[in-house]
Amino acid sequence: MKKIDPDKVNVILATDCGSTTTKAILIQKIDGVYRQTHRGEAPTTVEEPLSDVTLGVINAVTEVSELSGRVLVDENGRLLHPAQGDRGCDIYISTSSAGGGLQMMVAGVVAEMTAASAKRAALGAGAIVMDVIAANDKRKPHEQISRIRELRPDMILVSGGTDGGNTTQVVQIAELIAPARPQPRFGRNYRMPLIYAGNRDAAPLIERVFDETVDLSIVPNLRPRLENENLGPARDKIHDMFLEHVMAHAPGYEKLMSWTDAPIMPTPGAVGNILQRIAADQGLNVVGVDIGGATTDVFSVFDRTFNRTVSANLGMSYSIANVFAEAGMANVLRWVHLDPRIMDERELRNRVKNKMIRPTTIPQTREALIFEQAVAREALRLAYVQHKEFATTLKGVQQQRTVGDTFSQAVGGQTIVDNMKLNLLVASGGVLSHAPRMHQTALLLIDAFEPEGVTTLAKDSIFMMPHLGVLAEVHPKAAVEVFERDCLIYLGTCVAARGQGKAGRPCFSYSIRGETLNESGAMAVGDLALLPLGPDETATIACEPAKGFDLGAGPGRRIEKVIRGGTVGVVLDARGRPLILPERREECQATIARWVERMELYPDAEVIAV
Amino acid sequence: MAKAYTPGLKVTTRITHRARRVLPIRGDVLVKKGQRVGPRDIVARTYMPGDVEPVNLANLLSLPPADVPECMLLREGERVKKGDALAQTRGIFGLFKNTYHSRHEGTIETISPITGQVILRGDPIPVQVDAYLAGDVVEVVEGEGVVVEAEVTFVQGIFGIGGEAHGRIVMAGLSHDQELTDDLVTSEMKDCVIVGGARMTDRAIKKARDVGAAAIVSGGMDDQDLKEFLGYDLGVAITGNEDVGLTVIVTEGFGEIAMAQRTYRLLQSRAGDAAAVNGATQIRAGVMRPEIIVPLTEADMARVPEPAHIQASVEVGMPVRIIRDPYFGLIGEVSALPAEPQTLGSGSRARVLEVKLDSGESVVVPRANVELIEG
Repeated sequence: MKKIDPDKVNVILATDCGSTTTKAILIQKIDGVYRQTHRGEAPTTVEEPLSDVTLGVINAVTEVSELSGRVLVDENGRLLHPAQGDRGCDIYISTSSAGGGLQMMVAGVVAEMTAASAKRAALGAGAIVMDVIAANDKRKPHEQISRIRELRPDMILVSGGTDGGNTTQVVQIAELIAPARPQPRFGRNYRMPLIYAGNRDAAPLIERVFDETVDLSIVPNLRPRLENENLGPARDKIHDMFLEHVMAHAPGYEKLMSWTDAPIMPTPGAVGNILQRIAADQGLNVVGVDIGGATTDVFSVFDRTFNRTVSANLGMSYSIANVFAEAGMANVLRWVHLDPRIMDERELRNRVKNKMIRPTTIPQTREALIFEQAVAREALRLAYVQHKEFATTLKGVQQQRTVGDTFSQAVGGQTIVDNMKLNLLVASGGVLSHAPRMHQTALLLIDAFEPEGVTTLAKDSIFMMPHLGVLAEVHPKAAVEVFERDCLIYLGTCVAARGQGKAGRPCFSYSIRGETLNESGAMAVGDLALLPLGPDETATIACEPAKGFDLGAGPGRRIEKVIRGGTVGVVLDARGRPLILPERREECQATIARWVERMELYPDAEVIAV
Repeated sequence: MAKAYTPGLKVTTRITHRARRVLPIRGDVLVKKGQRVGPRDIVARTYMPGDVEPVNLANLLSLPPADVPECMLLREGERVKKGDALAQTRGIFGLFKNTYHSRHEGTIETISPITGQVILRGDPIPVQVDAYLAGDVVEVVEGEGVVVEAEVTFVQGIFGIGGEAHGRIVMAGLSHDQELTDDLVTSEMKDCVIVGGARMTDRAIKKARDVGAAAIVSGGMDDQDLKEFLGYDLGVAITGNEDVGLTVIVTEGFGEIAMAQRTYRLLQSRAGDAAAVNGATQIRAGVMRPEIIVPLTEADMARVPEPAHIQASVEVGMPVRIIRDPYFGLIGEVSALPAEPQTLGSGSRARVLEVKLDSGESVVVPRANVELIEG
């Protein structure tokens, strides 16, 4: 990789090779500031008959060329480097999740401790974790071996034991993996990369267990002591092995790797990177979600602790049938305010399966859109539940509850996700980013994630976060500038009260003072209100919650905060937390219809097509 | 887009098809390049390593792991039968020895002094691969298998379950839009590939299985019926390993949908001929669609011309199928390609095209909601 002088960089080209689509963006220095100026996309070309990812990259970059008037590809189909006049770029970088991304198996000794830490390392590196094998995972050894043989991981991560501790159990896990001879996805000429990140004293013993069919790497223990994790070395090694093994075997990737000015990152790894950077720079607690066709990724940073989960079974096309299987038809339909007679279950099941087998179609009618957004709510809700269950304090560690002599008997494991502390909720993924109205995106986020207190809502306009995540590795200044100016579209702010009460009773009163918005009022339990406050506008809100309700300062205590506007505005949410919908179908339908109207989700629009 | 690519299903009277037939691990290739093979001929064979049974003798005999090797009565590489004495403790002054008798049969692969675990490897499992279709071996992949090539009629479905099967094509109904009901399935269709028309009912599918048909193919089916037939709700479209006694292939989608006339006529023209079918479907990361392949004889090839190559981008005059409600399943011809995105009923803006349906009606649909009918 060439050394980059950030000051000499004026034109940056970035691509993201997704499973379906390859996206390209152009970033240019304009008046001393980096801005994203153009974007293009084309279908990803890893599959037959084309089988060369660089073709899709060139197609996407060509579209950017056509739109920007800047020649980026020469007559031989190669990218032009460096930028000269109106030709070429100074940096080219890329991320990838094509071909299903990086799929890993992890193993540890105790499911809740070292195995959980290994899973976190893998997820943090951008992998999909196919299975977690642990000595205490309730499966018999021969069942674990069968499972290992069934899986076709790209890579394996083994952890176990604190440094200086017992070596037997982690060697035992290795002795199950070795004879199982897991077969990689990419065929017989591929040596399975295996990373050992456990008790350092067991490393020589681990080396004796595996033969030359495995490409073994030893890295520092990812759980050197129970009280702390050291995920960095394992995560970095996963990334290196990803490039060396997985990417190098995927069609066209070797060529692509020779084009880029920084190592190609797995897409989710890059998204996590930029979110962590922004959370650190601005001192925020952030949740980001990327809902795709097959998977939903949730990222969070709470009190500087980063977590990522991949709900590999929840998505809007390939996995849409799974969403139904997990949520149930009733839970999906409760979000639909339309006449139930038009939603026959047999017919709906067919529609869902048709979307699964033809994933690139889009909803044409309003009814189809409403149904898809109902599915999205459940997919997001379930993905967040899975995330909260995973993003916990370290298990196995005694928690000191009070200053002084008293130690609690608890063994950790409480979720660190706290919706009241959440400052910023960022959405990406087709169903969120490409919703016809941003009001729909806003309510989708609020219904699924149930933010409490005061939370800013934003969407990643064109899924730029992966590009910026990898750009941050070589040009942090450019990445942060583009993120702040061009990446996020602010939808506005949600002010929501935690607590439950009888419908119609007082929930909280409010007073908003700003240049363009001056309003006061009272919210009753069950109410939802939308107030206009535009992008780049701010106002000060003061709220007095009723008894039993909390807006962030404690039950019944007043809050006052500066809030920002957006394309949607300010949403005052007195529906209660947790959000509970009426059980009876008719009442639920009427309630949803009322919220739809308050939030102006589906106003009549002049259309040309039906 | 600079180069739009709208993949559709392949349905063609004639194409050169290559089937890659390889083993999951290295083995022996049993045929030669240039050899003519039949669909059931075994082209490659190997043995998968047997099942692994770990035996934790340290726990079973209450021994420190380091003591296990010297208590073993058999060594690495030796064979053990069920009931054989595998290890024995030294006891106290030669008394109170404890013996472990093997509960499994296999070969001792490793004895670990670190964990006290003994790995037993069961007998190798034979694995073989057949040619799948009648054709010529055009390539031998050393130690792995072969590529078989044939001129075939090729019909791709949209979704299927069940793996590879073979049988003669038999038409169960009279038209492409006739529902495939159980009364149309007869016992004479044993070992056949039954071709229907529109939606196949759950009773038709079950009857096809009961009469011993190799496969059943029709335009559509209901997801509810698929769930009942499989016994579970299918979560993702990765299929091919279902052990349900029948390969099922849907050519158009879920619901009440007629098979495309072109597809129907093509299959009808091959009635009585031997077909190779595969219901395996995988939508993401390596798209695989179910297929019906009917090799052409020399006589067929003399009279069936190769179809003209079809461009991958959408143009006025091209036949398309609408693949999303509210016009799901309808077939027509592209009559206009407006350049500017338009606002749909959903409120989204998208590039659209105008389709003149077979009925004569014209509709406007998003470009993402049509697929080309190739071939």
